[in-house]
Formats: sequence, structure tokens, C-alpha cells
Amino acid sequence: MGLFALRRYVPYLRPYVGLVVVFGLSQLGSLVTAASIPKVIQFIIDGPITEHNLGRLVPMAGLLVVIGALEFVLIVMRRHYSGVASLRMETDLRNDFYAHLQNLQVSFHDNWQSGQLLSRAISDIGTVRRFVSFGLIWFLQTIVTFVVVFALMLQLDWQLALVVVLCMVPIAFFSNVFHNKYRVIARSLQDLTGDMTTTIEEMATGVRIIKAFGRMPLMQKRFEDEASQIRVTSLTGIKARAELWTELNFLPNLSLVAVLLLGGVNVVAGRMTIGGLVAFMNYVFMLIWPMDAIGWVLSMSEECQTASQRLNEVLDSRPEISDRHGARALERCRGRLEFRGVGFRYPKSDEWVLRDLNLVVEPGETVGLVGRTGSGKTSLAYLGPRLYDVSEGSVLLDGVDVRDITLRSLRSHIGFAFEDPILFSASVHENLVMGRPIVSDQELKRAIDVAHAGFVWDLPWGLETRVGEQGYTLSGGQRQRLALARAVLGAPPLLILDDPLSSVDVHTEATIEEALARVLEGVTGLLVVHRPSTLALADRVALIEGGTVAAVGTHGELMRSNDLYRALLSQEYDPRAEEALA
Amino acid sequence: MSAAARADEWRGVAAGEVDDFSPSVAGLLRRRSRVLLARLARPYLGSMALAAVLILVRSAGYLALPYLIGLGIDQGIRPGRSGNPQTLVLIVGVLAIALLVNALANYAFMRVSGRIGANILFNLRRTLFAHVQELSLSFFERYTSGRIISRLTSDIDALNELLATGLTSVITSLISVVAITAILIHLDVRLGMVALVAMPLVVGLTYWFRVNSARSYRAVRRAIVLVIVHYVESLGGIRAVHAFRREPRNQEIFEDVNARYRDANIWSNRLASTFGPAINLLGRLTTAAVLLYGGYLVVQGQLTLGVLTAFVLYLRQFFDPMQELSQFYNVFQAAGAALEKLAGVIEEAPTVPEPSSPISMHEAKGAVAFDHVTFAYREKPVLHDIDFSVPAGAVVALVGETGAGKTTMARLIARFYDPTAGRVTLDGVDLRSITVQDLRRAVVVVTQESFLFSGTVGENILFGRPSATRGEMEQAARAIGAHDFIMAMPNGYDTDVRRRGVRLSSGQRQLVAFARAFLADPRVLILDEATSSLDLPSERLVQRALRTLLRGRTAFIIAHRLSTVEVADRVLVLDAGRIVEDGAPAELRRDDGRYSSLHRAWVESLA
Ligand SMILES: Nc1ncnc2c1ncn2[C@@H]1O[C@H](COP(=O)(O)OP(=O)(O)O)[C@@H](O)[C@H]1O
Ligand SMILES: Nc1ncnc2c1ncn2[C@@H]1O[C@H](COP(=O)(O)OP(=O)(O)O)[C@@H](O)[C@H]1O
Ligand SMILES: [Mg+2]
Ligand SMILES: [Mg+2]
Repeated sequence: MGLFALRRYVPYLRPYVGLVVVFGLSQLGSLVTAASIPKVIQFIIDGPITEHNLGRLVPMAGLLVVIGALEFVLIVMRRHYSGVASLRMETDLRNDFYAHLQNLQVSFHDNWQSGQLLSRAISDIGTVRRFVSFGLIWFLQTIVTFVVVFALMLQLDWQLALVVVLCMVPIAFFSNVFHNKYRVIARSLQDLTGDMTTTIEEMATGVRIIKAFGRMPLMQKRFEDEASQIRVTSLTGIKARAELWTELNFLPNLSLVAVLLLGGVNVVAGRMTIGGLVAFMNYVFMLIWPMDAIGWVLSMSEECQTASQRLNEVLDSRPEISDRHGARALERCRGRLEFRGVGFRYPKSDEWVLRDLNLVVEPGETVGLVGRTGSGKTSLAYLGPRLYDVSEGSVLLDGVDVRDITLRSLRSHIGFAFEDPILFSASVHENLVMGRPIVSDQELKRAIDVAHAGFVWDLPWGLETRVGEQGYTLSGGQRQRLALARAVLGAPPLLILDDPLSSVDVHTEATIEEALARVLEGVTGLLVVHRPSTLALADRVALIEGGTVAAVGTHGELMRSNDLYRALLSQEYDPRAEEALA
Repeated sequence: MSAAARADEWRGVAAGEVDDFSPSVAGLLRRRSRVLLARLARPYLGSMALAAVLILVRSAGYLALPYLIGLGIDQGIRPGRSGNPQTLVLIVGVLAIALLVNALANYAFMRVSGRIGANILFNLRRTLFAHVQELSLSFFERYTSGRIISRLTSDIDALNELLATGLTSVITSLISVVAITAILIHLDVRLGMVALVAMPLVVGLTYWFRVNSARSYRAVRRAIVLVIVHYVESLGGIRAVHAFRREPRNQEIFEDVNARYRDANIWSNRLASTFGPAINLLGRLTTAAVLLYGGYLVVQGQLTLGVLTAFVLYLRQFFDPMQELSQFYNVFQAAGAALEKLAGVIEEAPTVPEPSSPISMHEAKGAVAFDHVTFAYREKPVLHDIDFSVPAGAVVALVGETGAGKTTMARLIARFYDPTAGRVTLDGVDLRSITVQDLRRAVVVVTQESFLFSGTVGENILFGRPSATRGEMEQAARAIGAHDFIMAMPNGYDTDVRRRGVRLSSGQRQLVAFARAFLADPRVLILDEATSSLDLPSERLVQRALRTLLRGRTAFIIAHRLSTVEVADRVLVLDAGRIVEDGAPAELRRDDGRYSSLHRAWVESLA
């Protein structure tokens, strides 16, 4: 069966073997006590009471109380430990799932809907846990009950036992039908839930746009369509379950009828005692609960199997960007960055964004990247810290292919400022430091000064103030300056700044540029810019066009010699330059 | 608690911490969640009655079983005498029919109750989603998307469990408990009293459980929110996480919140796994007491052995459903905690409410005025006494340092917030008197963040006006120069932009956002740094387009590149939340004020 999909979760129970053993023992114990209580009662009634011996009645009742108390303790242990073991397993699994996702490359996240990832982490892992904590136990308990009851039946009257077995045979058929039907339903229900979660997420994060256009009804419709699909699908699931459970309930009852009829005839014919018949029917009664449980177990196991399939889809995707064999840490970094014959395509796309690109940034040098919108500047910048990997050629840091440097080490040498600031709803301090090894207050202050982000001191709780989600409680320029401060923090030898000043006003820009010039003095810089003033920071400029470096030179040289460059940077409309763009 | 507080330090301090209730409001919480539950159930009272009838039939079929078997033995098999096969067959036939009825009623019951549950969930989802969308931006800022997601997903799931399993067991169990109590009393009043002595204990135990488990399940709900919030946010910013090697830190935080979730679950599990067995234990104790007292009575000759035996057997049937009820109660408590949270969201009123008596505005002209407007996000005012008016069709530029309050003004014009004092008007009508629908048709803002939804480029542009034709959509894209790059993509307008538009470069995203706004064709258009990521020629193209596109519209343009500002008829210079200069661009350039200094600096920056 598809239960094989569950194999990979077995190791998660291993640390809790002790708990599982305790749980198993207390389970056994509680079964024994539960079974012994009717015996004791029978003893009391047949013994002291029938014999009118009140003296012995009291200790016997005391025994009953003691066994009851023992049973209580055992059941509490059983439930508690099975809960603890399965919850711990769930937590470990979720931690690992999260760790795995964090290690997967950026392009993986680009291609997955966030809601699908969330519903896997929360509800699918929960489904696996529930099956492990209840489903498996019931499954085992049911099997044990069946075996014991059948043994007892066989011993009593093998012919009638055969009749009961015959009545039960359709179970195999029904559960197979159910398996085929419910597997599809469970899977599509889980997928639909993921889609709905995505819609919810987009509503919550895109609320500014939704409100700006008054498109609440549109989103509502999209959501309701998904929710009603979930409703319809869960109704088909309910129907399938109702059918199965009814069948499972009906079969033992049916065998009861058969037993009464055939057994009755036997008794009348004198081939069986009436006591034997009653006892036999009692056994059949004992099968009713386990049959109910089978229904539960079957639907739970289907859900669990599809949920673990969904988890496996994520867990099976190996990180494509990771330390390759023999990668080493780069202890000291001089900051020489070289792009050698670089070609780049985004994963799952077959257009070349960059092709045959060669560029060297010498240590201490600052190179500006200029190009039109969509020419691949940001993509080029991403290649430095290996947010994506080249498709052809190589990127070298200090002459070493970046793929031969451990990720931790590589990224620790690079300060990166993204076009979108990317802030988290955490304190300003956390957003700046990002959990990097202890940073001194002086460094922090310096970085804030460079980015001209002194406004943070005026926030209600200073650096401890929480910035809203995505930094939305700050103005656009403030967000961008925080992101810049984050990049220069810790004085990395290589700075990659992707259009870091697009949202600041001219005065602030001038101030920041002055400070940046000082910072860039000793370090290597790769600077994506649109404004001539910022280009003053660059020693050389590379013009990106057609996926490659079309020209390199100083700003002045390029302004003189290159029409396209002039078109991209001159403020005035210039027909000749404009032609170069066409 | 202090350890937890330390672990939370990274989160920082914010005003108005959400999601924490003092225990004193617990009663209020329960009441409001009960109100919500009643509201949800109301449309289905009829179906619920049907479900109850079905379950009665089912129980009847089931209870007839022992009786019919007994009858079969006594009348059909007739132990001790010669059997009566015909009667036996007859009775077995009746038995088969009873079982069939039982099975059918069972099936029908599951379908009906399942449908009720699915419908209630659907309605709840729908109501909640609609309500959240109505809430104001300040709510979203406070609440964060992760919290909203967890309300709409995991809290609703908690309710699902109640609806899926709860109803069945509670009805059957209640029927059994009541019926058996009656039988017990009927059998023997004295013994019945002894058996019922346990009832106060059951009630006490239940009370203890209710109080504690409500707390534990609240802790569970609180903890899962933290897990979801961290998960969503940290993976949403995965680029920055990788670039700054935040993985270990994230993992630490995640494992911390996840452990809290686990501990809260273990707590509630511990309570539930004590409560159920404790009820069971009470059953055992009662049995012992009944045996003692009953044995005494039998010895005294005041009771027959048969009655005592029956009594003991019934006691078992009494406490078994009690066990089931305790299970149900546990699920109910879990759902209750979730319901409290949901009810909390539903009670949240929009701080920017719809007008109660709206002034209709089908065709706005587009005159905008600020009438002594002061605005504060929290305590500290961001805008001070802003007062100006703009005639319809004027193009106004807002200029000022970052943090001066330009975006805030844009948000007030779009009524994302209401002013703290004063009023903002459109065609002389206070924005607070215009319906959301009319206002959104009239005023559209292109925000600083060009958010795109997952879906195709075309769908994103059509978001501006879903009723537009494909031709109109392409026209809008062409007008601002987005058509060429869109057509260059593999599937043109049908290219999937992926999660938040990552498929596009940020300049391309801005162009799409721009096209989206033009397609909406509003009277008043607000452009908040809408071209900041474009290269200069593309920006020039947009500017040229603006001259024609803005004809007949009122526009507010916020930009740092002053070339864009030159399109404007009028410039408002903002400084620390005050308008310090106001005039035509050429005029202001000549004066020796802020604008002229800004402009000089800008011209220099181009050299
Ligand atoms: N994740 C992605 N998948 C596929 N194509 C992409 C992705 N991101 C960007 N592109 C495409 O790659 C090209 C270069 O984008 P980018 O490097 O962001 O340009 P820019 O020079 O404006 O920074 C654009 O045409 C864009 O559409
Ligand atoms: N949602 C918010 N909550 C609290 N403070 C805010 C919020 N949005 C902006 N602010 C603050 O208000 C001031 C003005 O911001 P804003 O209007 O965005 O400036 P800008 O002129 O750069 O657009 C800033 O100091 C900013 O920190
Ligand atoms: Mg870019
Ligand atoms: Mg702004």
C-alpha cells in the first residue's frame, strides 16, 4: 500500500522509543485491568453477596477500587505518553521541514505558491501526527481484537465462525473501493486548501492594492469559488465515508442475523446449546466497535498518505544551491570579483537573460552597472552571493569559483542591498543585524550614519521599535535606508547595491553618496544605478545590453563614445540618442 | 514568562500588542463565541432537527436488536421445548429489517450532519474573509498578514473537527445518559441515589476541566499564530535571509515558537487525558459503592440479586457515553478557543467605516481639498494643519524629503485612513460621506510598492478594471510603454508572473502597476513614486504618455526625479508634515526657497 510513503517518518519516532514503550506497556496494562474488572464484579456477586458474607464484601469492594485506580493511572499514562511522543515527533518534523525550506534555493520559492507551502507545514504535518498517534494504535488494537475474537469463535463453533468470516469478506472489497475513491478526494482537498491559503495570503499582503482599486468583490469571488470547491469536495468525502461506515456497521449486524438463524436452527435441532449461541452472539457484538474503528483508520490513513506525499514533494527536492563537495571557506577576501563567460537562464525558463558576459571588478574598485529596465542588472547582482547559479561560465571571487566556496563564507563577505528593501516585522535592530554574529554598537552606529538612517533613533523605542510587516510603518525612503545600513553593516569587503537610492530625495541622496564614497574607498563595489550623480561613486561603468557587457569605461568616456549609454543617462530628450535605444 | 520574553526580544516593541487577553475577560470571550456559534447554526436548525430525528431512528433500530434477539430465543428457538422455525424465520426477518433501517438512518444521518458542517464552515469562511477585507489598513498593520492567515486557516480547521465528529457523539451520548438515568431510578430508588451521588463530582470535574482547558487551548491558538507568522514572513523574504545568512537565527526562532506550540498542545493533551479517565474512575467507584450498598441490601433481603446485577450492567452503559461526552467536550473546548479568536476578528469594526447616509457620487469631477487636516498614525502627528484645494483637472506634484508625509497625504486622499482633525473632500464632499465603491471608482493610487498578484500579466493589468476588453488592456499597456517587454516574454500577456511578480524585473513590475491604474480610468490619479525603478528613457516615455493620459484628470504626483514633477501645474513642497511652498514649478524655481534649492541640487546631480 501507499503506506510506504510513511517510511521516512519512522526515524522521527526513534528518539521517543522510551515513551512509546511506556505507552505500549500502559496500554497493555489498561486492557488487562479493564478486562479484570468484570471478573471481580462477578466474583463479588457470586461470592460474598450470594453467600451473604458481608465481612468479605468490604475487602472485595476495596479491591475493585484499587483496580479502578490502577486503571486510571494506566490510561492517563497511555494517553499522555502517546500524546507527548506524537507531538514531539510532529514538532521535530516541522522543524526539519522548515530547515529544509530555508536551505532550498530562491528559485524554488519563486516557483511555489506560499500557501501551498504553509498548508503543508501546518495541516499536512498535523495529519501525519494524528495518524501516528491515533490511527496506528487503533489499527493495531483492531487487529488484536479481531484475532482474539475469531480464535474464541472458532473454538466455540467453527461452522458459525466460518459464516461470520463469510459475512466479513466484503470488507476487503468495500475498503478497496473506498481506498480508490478517497485517495483522490483527500489529495484534492489538501491541494484546494493550499490554493485557498494562497488566496488568503495574497489578500492579506496585497490589501493595499485591493483597497486602492476597490476590488474586494473580485477577491471575495475568487475566495468563495475556492471555498465552495472545498465544500463540494468535502461533501463527496463525507459521502464516501458515510458509505464505508454504514457498510462496516452493517456487516457485523448481518452476521448476527445469520448466526441467530443458523444457530437457532442448530439449537432447535439439538446440535448446539442455547448458552453456546448466546456466547457466540456476544462475540459478534465485540466486533462492532473494531469495525467502527476500521472506518476511522482507513480514512485517516488515506489522508495521511496523501499528506505525506505532499510533504515528500517538498522534502524530495534537493537544494540546488548548496556547498558542493570540496568547497572550502574563504578566510580572507580581497574582493576581486570576476564574471567569466557567464550565461544565465532562470530555472525552468529557456530565455537567456545573460550570455557570454565578462567583467572584472578589481579589489577596491567600484563598478557601476547601467542598463535599461529588464536588461539583467539585478540578475547579474544575484549571481555574486549565489542566490542563483550561473548556467554557463563562472563567477570567481579572488580567483576561486564561488561554487567552490562554502555558502556561509561566501555570503559573509558580501553586503547586499536589494531593490525592494525586504524588511521583517521585527525590531529595527534585528532587521539590521539579521542574526549575524554579535555586532558592536559602534559598527551599528556607523552603518546607520552611512545610510543616513538617523531617524531610527527618533522612533518610539529606538532600535527596539518593531517595524511593521515589510517595514510598512516606515516611509519608502526610510525603508530603503535601513536596507542600505544593513548592507554596509560589518564592513564586508564586497558590496553589491542594487539601485539603493531610488526612493530618496535629492538632498538625502547627496548626503548618502558622500558617506558611501568613504565606505567604498577600501572595498569592492558593484553598484546598479540609474542616476548620473550616483555614478560618480563608480570608478568604471559597465553597460549591460543584450545580456552582455556592451561597453566598459569611465562615465565620461562612455558619455562621449556610446550613444546608448548617453540615451540611458541623459535627462534631456535627444533624438540621436533615442535612436540608439530602438 | 521572563525566559519567553527574552526569547522574543528580536521581535521588538510595538504599540498596542494584539492577541493577549487578561483572564478577567474570559467570560466575555465565551459569550461572544457562543453568539457567533448561534449565528452560524441558525440557518440550519431545520436540518439539525432532521439529523436528530435520524439519529433517534438509528438508536431505535439499534436498541431493538437485543430485544428482537431475546424474542427470537424465547419464541423461535424456545429452549427447553420444541423450536418453532417459522417464528424464528419471521423474527429474523424483522431483525434484518430493523438493521436495514438502522443502517439507512445512519447513512442519512452522516450525510445530513456532514452537509450541515460543510455549510457552516463555508459560511464562516465567507463571512470572515469579507469582514477582514472591509477592515482598515491600520488593522492590517497591527495584525500582520500571518495572523490573518492563521485565523482563516488553522482556527477554522479547529472548528472543522467539532463539526465533523462532535454532533454525532453528543446526541447519541446524551440520549443514553438520560435514558439510563431514568432506568436506574426506576429499578431501585435507593441504589439509584447512590449511583447519582457521583454526579456532583462529575460536574465539579467538568468545571475544573473547562476552566483549565480553555486556558490551554487559548495558549495553543496563540502559539500557532506565532509559528505561522514567522513561517510566512521569513520565507517571504527568503532572498534577504540567504544573502544575510539569517538561516540559523530563523531556525532558532522557529524552533522556539514551534516548541511553544508543542508545549501548549502537550498541556491541553495532559488535561484531556486526565479528564476522560477520571470520569471512568468515578464510574468504577460508583460501581464499588453500589455493590457495597446493594450487597448489604441483598443480604438484608431488601433487594433481589437480579436487580443488583442489572444495575451494575446499566452503570457501565451509563459511564461509557459519559466518556464519549468528555471526549466531545474536549473537542468543543478546542473549537471554543478558536471561535473566540474568530469572534474577536468579527467584532473588530473598520476604523474607516462606510458612511451611514452616503452622498451619491456617480460621476466625480475630481476637485480635491484638504481642510485643516491633521493626521497622526499614533500619538505623534505626521501632518499638521494641511489646508489647500485643487480644482478638477489640475496636476499637482508633492515634493519633500523622505518621511515628510507625502505618502501619508496620498493615503488620506484615497481614504486609507481618516484624518485625526479636519476633513478631506472630493468635489466638496467629505470623503467620509462617499461610499467605498464610488470613491474607488473616482480615486486610484499607484502605491510605492508595486505589488502584483500571482497570475498572468494580463490578469494583473485587468485588476484595474476587470470588465475591460483585451484590446483596452493592451491599449493601456501600450500607452505607458509596457507592451513591448510584455510581448517579448514567452507567453506575452499570458505569462505567469509567479509569486508577487518575481518573474519580472522591478521596473517591469512598476510598468504593469502603472498600466493597471490607467486601465481603471479614475478621475483622480495618485502616483506615489511610481517610476522610481525605471531607467531614464522609460521614465521619459511614461512622462510623455502622462501629458496625454492626465488630460481631464486630477493627478497627484510624488517623485524624487524632478523631471517628472515638471509635468505638474502646481507644486506643494512638504517639510516635516507642513506645506512650506506652493506654486507653479517655474515660479518656485525662480524664488529662492526649498524647491529651487532642490531643483539646483537635482540639476547638479545630472552632470
Ligand atoms: N524569476 C525570474 N524568472 C524568469 N525570468 C525572470 C525572473 N526574474 C527576472 N526575469 C527576467 O529577466 C530579465 C532581467 O531581469 P532583471 O535582472 O531583474 O532586470 P533589471 O536589469 O531591470 O534589474 C527580465 O526580462 C525579467 O523579465
Ligand atoms: N503606517 C504607519 N504607521 C506609523 N508611522 C508611519 C506609518 N507610515 C508612515 N509613518 C511615518 O510617518 C512619516 C511620514 O511617512 P510618509 O508619508 O511615508 O513619508 P514620505 O514623504 O517619504 O512618503 C514617517 O516618519 C514614517 O515613519
Ligand atoms: Mg533591477
Ligand atoms: Mg513615500
